[in-house]
Amino acid sequence: MLDSVSRIELLYWDGCPSHPEALRDLRAALDELGHPELEVALVEIATEEQAREYGFIGSPTLRIDGVDPLPPPEDEPPSLNCRVYRLRDGRYSPTPDPMDLRDALRRLLPRSVQEA
Amino acid sequence: MSLAIGAPAPTFTLPDTDGIPTPLHDPDSAATVVVFTCNHCPYARAWHDRLQAVARDYLPRGVHVLQINSNDAERYPRDSPAAMAARVNAGEFAGPYLLDSSQQVARAWGAAVTPDVYVLDAHGQLVYHGAPDADYHDESLAAEWLREALDDVLAQRPVARTETQPVGCSIKWLS
Repeated sequence: MLDSVSRIELLYWDGCPSHPEALRDLRAALDELGHPELEVALVEIATEEQAREYGFIGSPTLRIDGVDPLPPPEDEPPSLNCRVYRLRDGRYSPTPDPMDLRDALRRLLPRSVQEA
Repeated sequence: MSLAIGAPAPTFTLPDTDGIPTPLHDPDSAATVVVFTCNHCPYARAWHDRLQAVARDYLPRGVHVLQINSNDAERYPRDSPAAMAARVNAGEFAGPYLLDSSQQVARAWGAAVTPDVYVLDAHGQLVYHGAPDADYHDESLAAEWLREALDDVLAQRPVARTETQPVGCSIKWLS
């Protein structure tokens, strides 16, 4: 049943120090949702060319089956930089709000996985 | 390599967002804070309000805070002079926001990330280098490392904590 999740990816650029925290938050959200077994693939984006190829607008970026669960503004250009997130209280952050992360996972993980 | 504690800081004059040349040294300053920052970095934005509060709180005590953007604005348009001016005009800065378009100042100071915080005493010698405080998420920390360094300088005591690890986005160097 878990095969219905094809891929959870965390795209990162090594020039930004935020991806370890983002990975911790992502793993905590998966644990909270009862799925510590789901794997997260770390995908390094190292060049501007790769950023364009992947539509990478900043580090870290989460993709679930290729979909960004926290979609950025449409005009955000691909770039090697730290991605700007806003927490629920409006503060700026280099990582997503953990509650947004958890809600996005609930929304995007296939129902078969959520009910497994 | 970053400046050594106790070393004289390299001097500069940089334009603010109105193009007005702004020198590092103000002869009336009891201390000077230099922050390498920018528009596009979430770390710089997360700490921004805390740094502006320091600028406002310490100005009456003779502390001047200069904030410098050294990023390559061509590759990172959100750090363009126009974008800098828009933030200044919106009242987001409590002191001058300076443009280091050649990046010579960032290189001379050994700045590496945004925000990267330096404190100079009245003689222009470096007495603190590092982060504003220990956690960009925690506003209650109120840039306490920076405030502690300033309090020591203003009391003419040796600065107790002279160096911490700056945390933030890498400065975007010209290619």
